[in-house]
Order: sequence, then C-alpha cells, then structure tokens
Amino acid sequence: MEVIKIVGTDDTPSVTLDVANEIFEVSGRSLPEDVAAFYEPILDWIERYSEEASGKTVFNFKLVYFNTASSKMLLDILLKLEEMYESGKEVLVRWHFPDDDEDMQEAGEEYADIVEVPFEQISYSMD
Amino acid sequence: MDGKGTDIKEFLEFIYSFYKSMKEHHVQLVYEGEITHQITKAFTSLTETNMELGEESQSTQKKVFHVMVECLQNVGKHAEYMENTEIHRDGRGIFLLCKNEHEYTITTGNMVNKSKFSEMTEGLEKINSLDKEGLKQLYKQQIKEGRLSNKGGAGLGFIDIAKKTGNPLIYNFLPINDDYLFFVLTSVISRYND
Repeated sequence: MEVIKIVGTDDTPSVTLDVANEIFEVSGRSLPEDVAAFYEPILDWIERYSEEASGKTVFNFKLVYFNTASSKMLLDILLKLEEMYESGKEVLVRWHFPDDDEDMQEAGEEYADIVEVPFEQISYSMD
Repeated sequence: MDGKGTDIKEFLEFIYSFYKSMKEHHVQLVYEGEITHQITKAFTSLTETNMELGEESQSTQKKVFHVMVECLQNVGKHAEYMENTEIHRDGRGIFLLCKNEHEYTITTGNMVNKSKFSEMTEGLEKINSLDKEGLKQLYKQQIKEGRLSNKGGAGLGFIDIAKKTGNPLIYNFLPINDDYLFFVLTSVISRYND
C-alpha cells in the first residue's frame, strides 16, 4: 500500500500511515479549515488497509489539541479500527497525552469508553 | 465623515469614549466582521503569544485556546442574515476577548434566524443544567449519534465549551426584527485554577 506522510502545520496534524515500517500515527494540532477534506483520504486509506492487514496494528494518537469538528473525525478513525478488531485482526490504540493535560487524558478515556478496541493511555512529559 | 471640523471632533470623541469603554471592560481584543479560518488562526495565535508573555498557567492557556476556536468557528459557520427573503450565510459577527484579574471572558454575537430560537435555547438550557459527569455523557452521546453537518460542525461546540470551562454558558437573544435575533454568548474561564 502507498505510504501516507503528511507534515503537520499549526492547524493540521502530522499523519504517518506506513505499513512497511509499521507506523500508524496522528500527532500535533488538529483544527483544519475543512475537516472532512483533510480526514477523508486518511479514512479511505484505513478502510483499504483493514482488508489486507496481516500483522498487529498499533495506532498512535499523540495530539496536543483538536477542535470538536476534528473529534468527530478521530472517532471515525477509531470506529474503523474497532471494525478491524471485531473482524479478528490484532489492533491496539495508544493514546498519548502530555502529563499535565487532564483534558487530553479525559478525551482518551471518553474514546476508550465509546469504542470496543484495546486502548492504552500513555502520558509523556512536554519538557 | 466629510472632513468638516465638527464631524472630526465628534469622531475623535467617539474614539476616546470607545477607548475608555474598552479599558473599563478590560477588552483585550475586539473584532466585527466575517470570521474566516485565517481570522481564527490569527486571533488564537495572537492570544497564545500574549498569554505566554503574561505567564498564564498552561491549563488556562489551553482552555482559552479551545473556547476561542469553538466560539469563532460557531460564528463563522452559523452566522447568517436575510435579504429579499433569501437566507445568506455570511459568517459575520462580533468577537470580544476580555481579561481581568480573575477570569477571561470570551463573547461572540451574531444574527440567527428566529426559527432556531427554541432549539438553541433548549440545547443551551440542557447543557447548563448538567454537571461535569452529565456533560461527559451528553458529549459521548452527541459524538456517537451526531453527523458532521455540511457546514463542518459536529454539534459539539457548546457542550465542549461548558465541559472545558466548568462554568455555565451565559447567553441572550436580542430582537433585531421580525425574522432575526442577535445571539450573544459569553464563556467564562477562571484563571489560576491549577
């Protein structure tokens, strides 16, 4: 599959989807002008990937900020991962949050409640 | 203003009283016009820089940023007006950021069609009636059931603001004409809550 590598800006996240190197990651800030346009290719990619995935998929979210419109798209990504998991594939979601950011930690907890997929919360230091 | 002495004098007096009002209400930033993505980025970035320089706590900085984005995007996506019975979405409104010793207040004002009044009031009242746990539940319900609208909104903005600030949403609908109301929304973010 083709590699998706999007370099983040001050309003769009960095995205890496790379099967060969086993990197699946969304990080940074997400408040794109057009959320649907930004996330559609990513959702398409995951949809296609889910059919051919063979090994374990560890999907990392390492966001420092996202707006509510993006939160809906993040849930769509998680729902695709949930589908993969339910169809018998091995999936793990890792939700990284800055250790002083309760809201980002809580956002992870809320997603973990909504989707039925193995979910790990990992705090990291911003320093 | 046509350059006549009295007009200029009046204008200068207006500027001075405007300046005094801004000082009195601790206005840090005020804007009237179309709220685009560029404006949202510019205002949030300016405010971030100011908060950083003012050594505002990280948690307050994040909350102010969150609320500013949601408020600005609400106006940008929903503000409208009617002309010759046609509704135009123009994304225009007023935005104010005020700061005093204890709190930041973020206020937006924009025109909404009267037909939205009941639904909006109901939504806002429901949010204001809920505690932190209730807001979490409502957020989860809305994110699951809601669809991204053609305006790119997820219907989560007000819930998110209440959740992040921990304060009720202050709002009012002021009559403009038979069809339109001026919707004012104020969100309060307490400072030093680390």
